[in-house]
Amino acid sequence: MKVALFATCLVDTMVPQVAWATAVLLERLGHEVVVPPGQSCCGQMHVNTGYRREAVPIVANHVRAFAGAEAIVAPSGSCVASIHHQQAAVARRAGEHALADEAAALAERTYELSQFLVDVLGVTDVGAYYPHRVTYHPTCHSLRMLRVGDRPLQLLRAVRGLDLVELPAADQCCGFGGTFAVKNAETSTAMLTDKMANVLATHAEVCTAGDASCLMHIGGGLSRLRSGTRTVHLAEILASTEEAVTPHQTTAPAVPR
Amino acid sequence: MSEVFLGLPTAPRGVGHLRGDRSFPDAARDSLRDGQLRANLGHATSTIRAKRAAVVGEVPDWEQLRAAGKAIKAATMARLDEHLLELEKQVTARGGTVHWARDAAEANAIVTRLVQAAGTDEVVKVKSMATQEIGLNEALEAAGIAAHETDLAELIVQLGEDKPSHILVPAIHKNRAEIREIFLRTMPGVDPTLTDDPRRLAMAARAHLRERFLRARVAISGANFAVAETGTLCVVESEGNGRMCLTLPQTLITVMGIEKVVPTWRDLEVFLQLLPRSSTGERMNPYTSTWAGVTPGDGPQEFHLVLLDNGRTAVLADEVGREALHCIRCSACLNVCPVYERAGGHAYGSVYPGPIGAVLSPQLTGVEDNASLPYASSLCGACYDVCPVAIDIPSILVHLRAEHVEAQERTTPEAVAFQALSKAMSSPRLWRLAQRAAGLGRFLARGRPTLPAALPPPAWKWTRTRDLPTPPRETFTQAWAREHGQ
Repeated sequence: MKVALFATCLVDTMVPQVAWATAVLLERLGHEVVVPPGQSCCGQMHVNTGYRREAVPIVANHVRAFAGAEAIVAPSGSCVASIHHQQAAVARRAGEHALADEAAALAERTYELSQFLVDVLGVTDVGAYYPHRVTYHPTCHSLRMLRVGDRPLQLLRAVRGLDLVELPAADQCCGFGGTFAVKNAETSTAMLTDKMANVLATHAEVCTAGDASCLMHIGGGLSRLRSGTRTVHLAEILASTEEAVTPHQTTAPAVPR
Repeated sequence: MSEVFLGLPTAPRGVGHLRGDRSFPDAARDSLRDGQLRANLGHATSTIRAKRAAVVGEVPDWEQLRAAGKAIKAATMARLDEHLLELEKQVTARGGTVHWARDAAEANAIVTRLVQAAGTDEVVKVKSMATQEIGLNEALEAAGIAAHETDLAELIVQLGEDKPSHILVPAIHKNRAEIREIFLRTMPGVDPTLTDDPRRLAMAARAHLRERFLRARVAISGANFAVAETGTLCVVESEGNGRMCLTLPQTLITVMGIEKVVPTWRDLEVFLQLLPRSSTGERMNPYTSTWAGVTPGDGPQEFHLVLLDNGRTAVLADEVGREALHCIRCSACLNVCPVYERAGGHAYGSVYPGPIGAVLSPQLTGVEDNASLPYASSLCGACYDVCPVAIDIPSILVHLRAEHVEAQERTTPEAVAFQALSKAMSSPRLWRLAQRAAGLGRFLARGRPTLPAALPPPAWKWTRTRDLPTPPRETFTQAWAREHGQ
């Protein structure tokens, strides 16, 4: 299958290893990965901060970049949720009905990574190896907007060597919330503290999730507090194999390239 | 085709309690530091959450009930004028009098006049968010009328000269030790050996209130529902103070937001299942009272229904925001909200705090008077999941943020930034340039994996408490294009 990879603006710019891991994983499962060069952002940040009019050209760019793609996969629950629930609506509100229809059609072919693996490819064992203690945080958009349910957990349970430990109060928001993390930085930090306390209570080496944004927030807090626990994106864990392990094995995923 | 707005304006300033003095971020900065508040709230909300989850889990058709509740409310709002006129007709036919109050000031004036006409200088009150909203107690006090709250939590708030912080349990921010202190300090004739044992506290309140119930000639209540078809009012309560106030006095005055009307008696079947499980986490609340007009020789002989607009038809005019009027004031959203749990109700500045408050308060007052509230949310969606009438609160929050942005007359620095970002993100060439610029941040890192904590605004708001990773040398799309010869 030919899969168009939507890296997402954050991953592309700040944590490209997540997109690399997604590509490596899909190729390992036997699919052709293409990366449309004109891609940038889904527009979620603009829509959620109140700049829905300014989001329309961003949506138009996204639709143009991925036109003709058979299937689009993104390692991000929040971006895919925005594509599904917001893109067509903001276009329609701005009177751009043709764009709205195109966005809606594109959304039908757009998947969050765990949804793509489990629902479209029908796999839960992706042949991964990651010998570390890991806890999983279900991000709010993947949990409540996309309803990915326990797909990520099914995938993690099949990873060789992975010691999966349940996160207490997992369904509580980590406090990122996009621009909320800055506009309401204090409340965001209070929420982060409780999320970190729960992560650290598991004694996990790694906290994983399907959203790089939440992970940057949780990981940023864990790093600032010198906790020793790291965040690693779900894609990186699933792409990790024995082949790429080096003598200096750390909790960095062993993603062969 | 131009549109004509047929409703009344938003709630006026200078009366009532829909606006705070400080923005949410400013108020939250202080309340987050209040360890006692954090402990009280954390304990109370997690307890109610668990109770609600258990009793909702017992109901096999809960999702259908939610859908039915949402449908009834939507249908009611679509013909609100017809239902209100029918309600007036039926209440009047059964011996009640209906008054129409355009706003808080008018409602306060009507109620004050009615109390004075009854020839008394004190009233007993059943808990009513609508009367808190309009600042009725203060208006009555200014006219020399004492308004005695009889709901235990409202009594605590009143004796403590405090403000309610939750729409169902207004004193949630107080623990039993603090309540004991308030009673000892302010309750006339209280037993000086009073402990903080809940039963002892309740008995002290009971003795205090009993006297007032038996004395009162006028009671003021709100209403959970009003049935248009039969002119029936309905109050759902836990303590029995409602029943005392609704049956003993000579005169009963009910202040009710116009959105509380339901078309038929049968509609109550849905809401009386949704409300107790969602609010107190009980299968059924202890006391549900219904009455229509007056009944000679039984209960109040004079009944007045004050229908309150105070910005509600302004809310109704907003196609996206009007869903907020479906609220049945259960508070399930407050109890599940991670922001409310930590910042507390006072930080919202309005008697309607939490998720529903963040969408209702700004719409009642006009968004600019509560501009920080739509942003007081991480959009986690937990509220939408628990709302018994399935109000899509996250979507309304996003909508109100846009209303706020679009209401700005002058371009803000934030708008400049977002407009520039929009241009960059909609042109592949500009986007590559923007990414290159972001990559220059590498130099700030001096070879370390994270950026320094001291950064200019707004980045410093992030880095005060969290590390930011050092930007990579190359973006993914750059590296992919290079490796695939593009």
